[in-house]
Amino acid sequence: MTFDMSQFLATFYEESFEGLDIMETELLALDVGEADLETINTIFRAAHSIKGGSGTFGLDDVANFTHVMETLLDEMREGTRDVTQNAVNILLESVDVLREMLSTLQAEQELDNERIATVKKQLDDLLAGEPGEETISENPASNSSATAEVVTEPETKTQASGWVIDFKPHVDMLQTGNDPVRMIRELSVLGDITVTPDMSLLPDFLLMEPENSCLAWIITLEGDIDKSAIEEVFDWVEDECDLTISPMAATGNANQKEQIVEAEIISEIKDPEPSVTQEKIVTPAPVAETAPKPAEKASVKTEATAKKAKPKASSESSSIRVSIDKVDELINMVGELVITQSMLSQLGEDEEFGESQIEKLKNGLMQLERNTREMQENVMRIRMLPISFVFQRFPRLVHDLSGKLDKKIELKLSGESTELDKTVMEKIGDPLVHLVRNSLDHGIETPDVRLAAGKSETGEIHLNAYHEGGNIVIEITDDGAGLNLDKILTKAKSSGLVSENENLSEEDIADLIFRPGFSTADVVSDVSGRGVGMDVVRRNIRALGGTVDVKTTTGQGSVFTIRLPLTLAILDGQSVVVGDEVYIVPLVAIIESIQVDSNLINGITGQAEVYRLRDEYIPIVKLCDVFNVKPLNENMEDGLLVVVEAEGKKVALLVDDLLGQQQVVIKSLETNFKSIEGISGATILGDGTVALILDVSGLITISKKNAGGVKKTTTSVAA
Amino acid sequence: MAKILAVDDSASMRQMVSFTLKGAGHDVVEAVDGVDALAKAKGAKFDLVISDVNMPNMDGITLIKELRGLPDFKFTPMLMLTTESAGDKKQQGKAAGATGWIVKPFNPDQLLATIGKVL
Repeated sequence: MTFDMSQFLATFYEESFEGLDIMETELLALDVGEADLETINTIFRAAHSIKGGSGTFGLDDVANFTHVMETLLDEMREGTRDVTQNAVNILLESVDVLREMLSTLQAEQELDNERIATVKKQLDDLLAGEPGEETISENPASNSSATAEVVTEPETKTQASGWVIDFKPHVDMLQTGNDPVRMIRELSVLGDITVTPDMSLLPDFLLMEPENSCLAWIITLEGDIDKSAIEEVFDWVEDECDLTISPMAATGNANQKEQIVEAEIISEIKDPEPSVTQEKIVTPAPVAETAPKPAEKASVKTEATAKKAKPKASSESSSIRVSIDKVDELINMVGELVITQSMLSQLGEDEEFGESQIEKLKNGLMQLERNTREMQENVMRIRMLPISFVFQRFPRLVHDLSGKLDKKIELKLSGESTELDKTVMEKIGDPLVHLVRNSLDHGIETPDVRLAAGKSETGEIHLNAYHEGGNIVIEITDDGAGLNLDKILTKAKSSGLVSENENLSEEDIADLIFRPGFSTADVVSDVSGRGVGMDVVRRNIRALGGTVDVKTTTGQGSVFTIRLPLTLAILDGQSVVVGDEVYIVPLVAIIESIQVDSNLINGITGQAEVYRLRDEYIPIVKLCDVFNVKPLNENMEDGLLVVVEAEGKKVALLVDDLLGQQQVVIKSLETNFKSIEGISGATILGDGTVALILDVSGLITISKKNAGGVKKTTTSVAA
Repeated sequence: MAKILAVDDSASMRQMVSFTLKGAGHDVVEAVDGVDALAKAKGAKFDLVISDVNMPNMDGITLIKELRGLPDFKFTPMLMLTTESAGDKKQQGKAAGATGWIVKPFNPDQLLATIGKVL
């Protein structure tokens, strides 16, 4: 039977990566010294599964590597090896290597053998370092392939023209599901067989226990047969029977003796059980069966390797795992949709179309709308994954970095089940890593500094996620020193980011760390502080339609807050009219919409105007000017102001009219055109026309530019 | 055609075993661990049980011990999927009532050859 193992590879990779994640998490949870047995067991099982699978699916390098890990873990599990920090670190490193190996193999590229060998040597050394277990540290390569062993075993060369097998099962052999008849059947495949039952042990009929095995056999097997082949047949019952296998020629005497016994038995019992009667089974061409076996296996192996080398496009497509209940809900919803559809089509078949039909039609359409919306929500949910997928890499990161930085840090995670879109998740990983590194490196102080400041020696970093409105909020809180605002300001002034006499609020100063080219680290460390950083973080988060800001209290720590849209594909929007055009304003950005009171408009010199809303002055952005559209209303008073907020800044957008609120599907402009400041994309409205979606933070930047122009003019006047 | 209970916590191994056995015309019931397998075994009859050893919730050895205690499984062949390195596991398995073992890694042909020994 030819067999394509590659069909299971995708599953194997998937579960192996999961297994590695589990190993990593559990290794980090492992208390050195007094390790929890169940934790070790879990780690062991993961390694074991990867080893078993990789061996089976022809990934021998992975199997060899995991074998050493498994042996090590097995010793820990059995209690013959202590769980040391060193061992845990090497195992963590091995997890990394394995992950690399698997992704390399999945991508069908060359393995980094040097790195694998280095880490494997560490593992081997660790194994060899412990007394009493030196046998296990033997070359595991030979262990990984059972078939190879059978072929190379020197003993197998011992051959004779035939064998005499004295087989006497123990009384309880049947209890393990083994059946002598099957073994004899196996033997019969090997050569010409003569089976002679020995019923001397058979008790009196009345005393007979049907579940006991009371027979013995003398089996002669003729042919050019390997002894190992015979042994293999009895492999499972080694300890449950008395077995001697001797070459036919050498047991001439014994054979004779047995012949006599046999004769006696036959004369004694006239109606033996059917399966144990003396029988001669001749199988056609039995030798041919055994000989090609190793070769056959070898060819299977090479076939597998050949397949591995062949590039395969199907593995490229990324996949997501969706829980069954989400799919069930969808199917349920499709069912409802079908009902609505049939209801509507029935309506269409009515001969007359009167008042009552219109009512029904309206109901049907309403139902259709509800179905569509629910279905949309549920389809979106398929793309949603819990943020734990991102969070789970942090325990390791904190573990490694705190060691490197000589800091004691505890990581707290909460809100891991908060869901967000897969694409957003993939892109938020790196910025998050950067922020956490930053908190570790710059935020949390060294233990002695902390003790001196009257804090506990161990610093805490808290990662939290929750939903708020249409956003997901991720907070990174540390109880470290907080941002040194004076230092930031000095640095910013010296590097010309801020002019000397500029007055900035604490918030503004803290926000400076997100400016390009800003780093206050005294020492550029391995961990962070290479000058590229926070600005990239902010840029990446903005690209996702999100924001990041920081709040800090000197001596008590900082909180970085990331806000992200739940999904990138759909947006709750407010349609607004400017001239002949309809624009979409993201609903999350809107604070309020107001009618213009001309008394509250204050003109500043230049083209900029601000609107006084309660106690705040908010810059007005005239969309008609920004997009060069002729407005419907000549006077500002006839228009409406939509107050929007992004990144903590507010602007008032001047529009001609407000239309409805609706969910819009975002279509990228960049795919076909280019990115335009102030516009994040486009969408198609219900009537088929295209509306542009406003990018609020982009508009704020535009308004700042205008205001900046004003500022310059005013300062020049002052000068 | 035999009815076979295949137990493994690793999805890829389970798929492979199941696919191989089904390909050979057998009827296969899959279980993800000992607890699952025991639940599926109760009230059903199988001609063969193939079980991994290392599994969460209930390992293969406990499973075999439990199954052997059931009247319907008193003589049912039960094979363990084990690795070469786990020598004592074989003994533990035998003590629990396992019929035999299949050494990992194995290919489909080896699997079919091995189950041929007990069916």
